[in-house]
Amino acid sequence: MTQNQSLFFQKFGITQGDLEKYLSEALSAGGDYADLYFEYLTSTSITVDESLVKSASQGISAGCGIRVLSGERTGYAYTDDLAPEKILRAARTAALIASGPAQQSVQGFKESAAHQLYQVSTPSADADLAAKLELVMRADRAARAYDPRIVQVRAGYADELRQILVVGSDGTFATDVQPLARFSLMTIAKSGEISAKGQSGGGGRVSIDYFQTEKTPEFFAAEASRQALIQLGAREAPAGEMEVVLGPGWPGILLHEAIGHGLEADFNRKGTSAFAGLLGKRVASEKCTVVDNGTLPSRRGSINVDDEGSPTQNTVLIEKGILKGYLSDKLSSKLMRMPDTGNGRRESYEHIPMPRMTNTYMLAGEDSPEDIIRSVKRGVYAVNFGGGQVDITNGKFVFSASEAYLIENGQVTAPLRNCTLIGNGPDALTKVSMVGNDLQLDEGVGTCGKDGQSVPVGVGIPTIKLDRMTVGGTGN
Amino acid sequence: MAANADLLSTTEVNLRELAEDVVKRAMKSGATAAEAIVRDGTEFSTVVRMGEVETLKEAGSRGMGLRVFVGKRVASTYSSDFSEDGISHLVNGALALAKVTSEDPFVALPDPSELGLIAGDLQLYSDDVYSLPPEQRIDYARRAEKAALDFDTRLKNSDGGSFDASTGRKVLANSLGFAGEYRRSYCGLSAAPIAQSENGSMQRDYWYTVARRLGKLESPEAVGHKAAQRTLRRLGARKISSTRVPIVFEQTVAGSILGNIFEAASGDSIYRQSSFLVGKLGQKVAGENVSVVDDGTIPGGFGTSPFDGEGVPTRRTVVIEKGVLQSYLLNTYTARKLGLKTTGNAARGLAGNPGIGSGNFFLNPGTSTPKQIIADIKRGLFVTEFLGFGVNLVTGDFSRGASGIWIENGELTFPVEEITVAGNLKDMLNNISEIGSDLEFRGSVACPTLRIDGMTIAGE
Repeated sequence: MTQNQSLFFQKFGITQGDLEKYLSEALSAGGDYADLYFEYLTSTSITVDESLVKSASQGISAGCGIRVLSGERTGYAYTDDLAPEKILRAARTAALIASGPAQQSVQGFKESAAHQLYQVSTPSADADLAAKLELVMRADRAARAYDPRIVQVRAGYADELRQILVVGSDGTFATDVQPLARFSLMTIAKSGEISAKGQSGGGGRVSIDYFQTEKTPEFFAAEASRQALIQLGAREAPAGEMEVVLGPGWPGILLHEAIGHGLEADFNRKGTSAFAGLLGKRVASEKCTVVDNGTLPSRRGSINVDDEGSPTQNTVLIEKGILKGYLSDKLSSKLMRMPDTGNGRRESYEHIPMPRMTNTYMLAGEDSPEDIIRSVKRGVYAVNFGGGQVDITNGKFVFSASEAYLIENGQVTAPLRNCTLIGNGPDALTKVSMVGNDLQLDEGVGTCGKDGQSVPVGVGIPTIKLDRMTVGGTGN
Repeated sequence: MAANADLLSTTEVNLRELAEDVVKRAMKSGATAAEAIVRDGTEFSTVVRMGEVETLKEAGSRGMGLRVFVGKRVASTYSSDFSEDGISHLVNGALALAKVTSEDPFVALPDPSELGLIAGDLQLYSDDVYSLPPEQRIDYARRAEKAALDFDTRLKNSDGGSFDASTGRKVLANSLGFAGEYRRSYCGLSAAPIAQSENGSMQRDYWYTVARRLGKLESPEAVGHKAAQRTLRRLGARKISSTRVPIVFEQTVAGSILGNIFEAASGDSIYRQSSFLVGKLGQKVAGENVSVVDDGTIPGGFGTSPFDGEGVPTRRTVVIEKGVLQSYLLNTYTARKLGLKTTGNAARGLAGNPGIGSGNFFLNPGTSTPKQIIADIKRGLFVTEFLGFGVNLVTGDFSRGASGIWIENGELTFPVEEITVAGNLKDMLNNISEIGSDLEFRGSVACPTLRIDGMTIAGE
């Protein structure tokens, strides 16, 4: 997209002169850098519950966030009114972080070459509402037809189109139109007095055909129903340390919690991360190579440019067990004299950008998944997860399995309930003794929270074995 | 930084007239019923880290949401665009959406007789939250952090001290003639120091104070000292062997468990059969010592409002009385689904259908102090923090990461981490053997210290 096509120039009549004026105002009290983030977000969501379309909602949110950096200080203000006087007022507010002579903003912007990661003919947001509705109804029907024990089905379809314009006083100029669609499904299975739930979902920066051809409503319905039925027969998980095998795909949330957050540059710049000072040191077994890659086509965690206007990258975090790099935004890269990895992200124009993950995954190894399971005498095989959380400073992290099984003498046996795994980030991956050849990325459901800001992310992992991890069940 | 946040608010529009106008236009365009919500607000926040200002943020924002009914169909739209163009887009969009939703016999606005609001001053708003001059706001944050860092030489680093203030106005109008509005204010102060032990390992913790008026905040020094103590007591934490011992949950984590009970008792979870409390009305679900109340009317409360998200007055609802489940928490839709009456717990964001929100939701305090509860325990665990979200409300299964302090012969001894505590909420409610006297609201959900027996700790 060129700047002339951007909605902010077309619909809101913003000119290059306006942008220069706003940036000058932002730097009127000094400061090292200022940027403007314009956002126009349209979203649609539909929910089917008890086979009825109970909710349909559409909305628009638009605004501009203005940031001024002065040393380690950040001044921030935003407005949801794009009238020039409102933007100028916000610029003056953000400017108050600095106290010095006015700084000059560059005259003229340069647009850097960006990726083209969204191969979307018609953004889902522009697709016919009836077509989306049909997808959700199909999921409801498929889940109910899957098994008579499925007693409740809730299916949802949500999409958005985020149009952004980022300009900076260093000449940064970037526009992007970011589509995102997500399908989600929850089922309740009931047998006698026992109830259980199953969940599935997926999507990405895709058009609606993705759900008609690649990952259909029937696919998600079968998955959520299968999980709920398995949980009906699940037994108490064991408690204590044991061998743990993670299945491929979404269990990559291990990487997100155990190391990803700890490698975000802001925490390391401030020395508050358990990983601070470990660059070049061993933090994982030599079978582990982990990257954060914002450039994978169509993935939920991918973006052409980050929310500071920098192109996303493929960044090696851990190479053969050695810590190689951090995830950085403009501020941390400047203060740490390290490269900006294009990981400056924010939830919306109301938020200050900070280093965030995109798609974080471990590269495939050489072991076959079957061999990995066969090697375990007694342990847990976890294949699906709910959420996770990490304490950056002491490195402790947890993630909760929604589908897990016992492994006994090399065989996958009973399904388990109530199973949270807990570990310590800087040494969890040193216990990885086998890495499968079956790398998978997740279906596209992840949302990451940090400092109250949510952004879409992806994870991935091949089947791996950890020699020791604490399993938080109630059984023996 | 501008001290007067009104500078950025949208004082030029009468929000109430706007809400009523949006409702009228929806009705004129073919809705059979309509409800509009309009909000505006201002926010200020600052973080001071290692004595220096790290961020200063100030802004105002606004938005409106519309829910339209066409017969038994419902749909909604929202926007931050208050222009003529924006409003007609909002109205037409909602009516177009209502053509695709299903007929649902339970969909309706509240009964006209149920609408209304609590009169009188609920003490929700004070403009003193912005009364400090900008330098003093920063100074508040700086003092809280400094008090923490000066407390002990092992406190060498920090995630900073912060001061926040915000105000918000909410207007709701519907086609049954209801129109109400209220303002709320908020301010908060926190400190998050980091302690380092001799071997270099670090621990972080924090403390905070929140209030609806500035004068009610604890002093920055008190917040800093408490944050320092909470952080220092974690230094040298270690893992313990898996075991089953009595567990004492500190207020903060007990409140998190009570939050799970709120979710389980909410009408949405019940009619979707997604809660372990389904079908338990009138039955014993907890020990006789357990009573749980939701009260949206407490003056100055964080969960207080004169009316809920559908224009129904808030009220006091006893959810569990002496262990017996007395009421679910309901909005109009979930009440109609379950053949009950709304409890005034509709929660309305700008988008979508109303959900269920709490008033001030609390567990009735007992008589023992936390110290007395701990003193009774020979071997046990005092849990001070949860990590992760391992709670399944359908089954009641509970398994969360935890850290805390080991109890030996009635005394707190060494810090513990990298363990999980697990059980089932059904059993946990029945195994609350002690309830502290220390009920204290730091949010809309509050719980005194609890001792729960029979849970499993997983560690080494």
